[in-house]
Amino acid sequence: MAEYIKLIDVTKCTGCRGCQVACKQWNSLPAVDTMFTGSLQNPKDLNYNTWCLIRFDEVEKDGKLNWLMRHDACMHCETPACAKACPSPGALTKNENGSVVHNPAYCIGCRSCIVACPFDIPRNDKALEKMAKCSLCHDRIDDGKKPACVTACPTGCLTFGTKEEMLKAAEKRAEKVKGVIYPANPHYETHVMYILPGTVGVEDFSHMNPHPKMPATLYWWKNLFKPFTLIGIAGVAGAAFLHYIIKGPHRVHEKKEGGE
Amino acid sequence: MTNHWNDIQHADAILIMGSNPAENHPISFKWVNEARTKRGAKLIVVDPRFTRSAATADIYARLRPGTDIAFLGAVINYAIEKNRIHEEYVKNYTDAAYIVNPAFQGATDLDGLFSGLTGAKYDKATWAYEMDENGIPKQDLTLQDPLCVYQLLKKHYSRYTIKKVSDITGCDAADLEAVCETYTATCKPELSGTIMYAMGTTQHTYGSQNVRAFAVLQLLLGNIGNAGGGINALRGESNVQGSTDHGALFHILTGYLKYPKANQPTLAVYNEQNTPKNKDPKSLNWWGNTPKYMASLMKAWWRDADLETAYSYLPKIDDGKNYSYLPIYSAMANGEIKGMFVWGMNPAVGAPSSKMIRKAIAQLDWMVCVDLWETETSAFWQKEAGVNPADIKTEVFLLPAASSMEKEGSISNSGRWCQWRYKAIDPVGHAEDDLWIINQIVNRTKALYAKEGGAFPDPIANLTWNYGKVGLDGKIHPPSPREVAKEINGYFIAEKEIEDKAKGEIKKFKPGDIVPSFAMLQDDGSTVCGCWVYAGSIDDKGENKMMKRDPADPTGLGMFPNWSWSWPVNRRIVYNRASVNVEGKPFSKEKPVLWWSPLKKAWLGDIPDGNGDPDAILPFIMVPHGRGMLFAAGMSDGPFPEHYEPLESVVKNTLSNSQVSPVITRWDEKAKEETCNPILAAGCIAALYGSEEAKEFPTICSTYRVSEHWQTGQMTRWIPWLNELVPNQFVEMSEEFAREHGITFGDKVKLTSARNVEGITAYAMITKRLKPFRIQGKDIHMVGITWHFGYKGLATGGNANDLTPFIGDPNTMIPEYKAFLVKVEKA
Amino acid sequence: MNISRRNFLKLAGGTLAAAGVGTGIGVQPAFALPKKVRYAQEVTTICPYCGVGCGIIAHVSNGKVINTEGDPDHPINKGALCSKGGSLYQIANNDKRNKKVLYRAPGADAWKEVEWDWALDKITANLKKTRDASFKLTNANNEVVNRCESIAAIGGAALDNEEVYALTKMNRALGLVYVEHQARI
Repeated sequence: MAEYIKLIDVTKCTGCRGCQVACKQWNSLPAVDTMFTGSLQNPKDLNYNTWCLIRFDEVEKDGKLNWLMRHDACMHCETPACAKACPSPGALTKNENGSVVHNPAYCIGCRSCIVACPFDIPRNDKALEKMAKCSLCHDRIDDGKKPACVTACPTGCLTFGTKEEMLKAAEKRAEKVKGVIYPANPHYETHVMYILPGTVGVEDFSHMNPHPKMPATLYWWKNLFKPFTLIGIAGVAGAAFLHYIIKGPHRVHEKKEGGE
Repeated sequence: MTNHWNDIQHADAILIMGSNPAENHPISFKWVNEARTKRGAKLIVVDPRFTRSAATADIYARLRPGTDIAFLGAVINYAIEKNRIHEEYVKNYTDAAYIVNPAFQGATDLDGLFSGLTGAKYDKATWAYEMDENGIPKQDLTLQDPLCVYQLLKKHYSRYTIKKVSDITGCDAADLEAVCETYTATCKPELSGTIMYAMGTTQHTYGSQNVRAFAVLQLLLGNIGNAGGGINALRGESNVQGSTDHGALFHILTGYLKYPKANQPTLAVYNEQNTPKNKDPKSLNWWGNTPKYMASLMKAWWRDADLETAYSYLPKIDDGKNYSYLPIYSAMANGEIKGMFVWGMNPAVGAPSSKMIRKAIAQLDWMVCVDLWETETSAFWQKEAGVNPADIKTEVFLLPAASSMEKEGSISNSGRWCQWRYKAIDPVGHAEDDLWIINQIVNRTKALYAKEGGAFPDPIANLTWNYGKVGLDGKIHPPSPREVAKEINGYFIAEKEIEDKAKGEIKKFKPGDIVPSFAMLQDDGSTVCGCWVYAGSIDDKGENKMMKRDPADPTGLGMFPNWSWSWPVNRRIVYNRASVNVEGKPFSKEKPVLWWSPLKKAWLGDIPDGNGDPDAILPFIMVPHGRGMLFAAGMSDGPFPEHYEPLESVVKNTLSNSQVSPVITRWDEKAKEETCNPILAAGCIAALYGSEEAKEFPTICSTYRVSEHWQTGQMTRWIPWLNELVPNQFVEMSEEFAREHGITFGDKVKLTSARNVEGITAYAMITKRLKPFRIQGKDIHMVGITWHFGYKGLATGGNANDLTPFIGDPNTMIPEYKAFLVKVEKA
Repeated sequence: MNISRRNFLKLAGGTLAAAGVGTGIGVQPAFALPKKVRYAQEVTTICPYCGVGCGIIAHVSNGKVINTEGDPDHPINKGALCSKGGSLYQIANNDKRNKKVLYRAPGADAWKEVEWDWALDKITANLKKTRDASFKLTNANNEVVNRCESIAAIGGAALDNEEVYALTKMNRALGLVYVEHQARI
């Protein structure tokens, strides 16, 4: 199976939010109650039932106004910190096609993934004690379709294709518009990439981490501790135990690490 | 649209002005971006607000609401002064060389007016071409005669200098010049520029002239008829094109046939007065066919009556009387209208000065609303509307309508593609489709008149209505939209032999045969055709071409001749004969819409707009003289667009002493008369320039729409996913304005206008995207508010139209929604 | 139906191969959302909102719309949809839709559910009464006008061509002159 990349060309986004609704419609996500947020951005942030979001920023640079609109959703990392942090087998898995997918049946709601994610993407539902995030519509990919957001995008901002095609396309486009590719770090591979306009910097986009990397603690966790803890854990009972021991400490770390 | 959506990809420059397609026609940006990515097209956005369309534009230019003519005047002036015009096109295909009556005087002579003004109306006798002895307009092909259209145009726009226009519009001179430079670059024959406009252009007291200014500019640049060109009205409703084609306006019948007047007592007189004559052998003068279309329509409606009798059944309007949208409500407020049918419309939110509109509706005895959800209009009597239900005597019916997925039929998009929709599911609950409801009312009314008699029952009794028949048991059968589509297309009701001159053959038709195209329609009553522009939508084998889904694209231009069907006669780009030179060679070799094959002696490419060899006909076949009109004598307010200020303005017109258009219907003046009905008196007043009211309401307000809601929100405010995106009414304002008024993030503000001192509230959206305009040395502020909100639906909010003025364009009477005055204060 | 562009990706549908992320623990199959449209009937429609005329596919199963998305074969939108077009599903599945015929009597403060027959007869009777009471055969200049100025009919841009044509025909046969719709605003 081929490996895919979703390319987000911010220079083409007009903020119509077709992607936001297409995501909800395909994934059967209910509308959430919202209120005016001061800008067009709504909901204010990603949430359990909102897996992608257009973030709006107004930035003045060199006397020119940039109205930035950025499709924010899971980056589908090559080495996903969320899955590494996840103590419950099967709750977060990475597929050959590149998607990192959550499975509510196995999720214990421990929020480890939320803390671990360098992009601050996963969100949990307090009542359900489950997490949710963009799945790259892996079920559609499996059916030979593009993700719902990409299918819906009218402007060419969102495109989807094989890794090779999209890396080439990204470079070509970035060169043409004098933009930059994000994540810029070649050592941090993701299956979602951005082309950002060269007129502004990464730091001008809200909620965008300029230097995404795997949290250092995770190496320690996954390579040493996690294999041991899993020994003897069988199925749900073990997961529930883990839930109990992990949930508390992680509550303290609600501070988002994605960078504002 | 003269062109169509896919065609935008061929533009070299795209001027978005008076529209915001990234928000209101988002999919158009697929083709805007295609042009930019593939061709390097330049995107120019001219708008008072930095919109989502402006966000990715190459050039963004601001203008004060209501100053479009000034802005475009500068572009026209630039094109003429710098000789950036498509000369061959201008000379051959426009009226530039025509000589105008020497008695004509224009705005330069008459301080912003044109000759012939008497009271609030122009006598247009002098707005005419000089004719030669053959009855053809005189020409000076050198374009040097001071009386020729080109020189008059040049003189008219010479006043619209960059400096002057910058001071009127508030647009930075450098930005304005950049727009002029970039857009007029499309004057090169091989290049094309398109204009995408919508209600920001039309909803003004000179909205029609705003469109005229586009037409003048596009004709000068040779941008009409070619691929990637045109004047493209982006229509806001899925079938507002089709409903207009089918005559849902007071002043037209189907297919834009003029509506009969009381002083046209017979069909013969109607035909005589409405069939333009032209003596130029090169002009096809398409409206010369009016009698054929009219006869076929009369036969579609009253099959068994002779043509004159059928014509006598049509209600006639008084000459000069306007029965359009605004007059409906003034008549209603005056108690003249007792009953109203509302088919999927929401005037309680969407009509101007809508607080007054709701009071006018309350004067009705009965109202029938047909809709998918409860609307503010159907619920105008409820407590949420701020009224006491017990005081309202109106009987209201709310009929549940089927949605678009619950019925079948065709709709016509902006690009004139008529596309068939299929039924996916049964209507919800007891809902029925509109055709079912119409059919019920017609058949029941027929039965009632047959039983009881009544006033002039003949047009009802004799109305041909052979879809949805009444059974022997008296049951009314569901109608078939396919039967209606057949009548719209047309068919023969008598044996007929017609000579096809092009092919040199005689075609024989028998009753029941489909009319293959409007060229076959007859004036003798042997053909039936519900709407002549749709003739040909069904082929002679009975196949409905609106259902076609063949993705083949033989020209490679994205015209898709077998995907759906486009009126007229499947032509994808109208006036396409103007895309070739007089030898039939395309001006653009790279994107030829049409070309003449000398070998085949035929036109290839798109369906040509008019047959005949190259240069045998003039390209603008709907115009009597066949040439694109730089000088438009048909307008009520002048043959050239002239800048006036909006009715409500804090700015003096510095281009002339004519502050506002001299020929608009002044409801605000009627409101001041003592005899004026109190509903109108309160709802029509205006804050005129220099008045006390203007001091009280010093801020310009403009209304608009956002991507996530639709029109009055009558559908979208019931859709949870959309309410999530835009849950509340908001008003956009600059940081400077907010600071001056002590408004901070998260505040609610109150907006009031001369018509609504109680006002409405909305959240303040403080943004860098709005800035004060520098006009005549002063900072002038504007705010912008959506008109999607009302008191019904899952999302509710202040109704912007409770503030808007009751004033319209003199040509169309379209209301001014885009430039008026308000007061904004912290709520 | 032509399905030339329906499948974008050059891969055959198949089982999702799950793979771990190098931890050696991700061996559970990935959560597979229901392939909800695979066996549904596809009905093509056109978006009811703006004038672009985007193609939409409604997926129908057991008489219900279970999914709506852009028609990838449609030359204008090629599958793309804005937020409004993307929410069509919630038009077909919406518990706030008018599902009954409603009547509000003069002075009443609430709707009353009524039957179609009753409502249509009452509407027709009102129509006839108003029309007959005010019908004008001639105007002030004694010109024949055959019109009814006491009834207005507005709207039509949300109707299909066949419907709005029938509506125009009905309106004019009734003698109405106050006939207007969304094109004016």
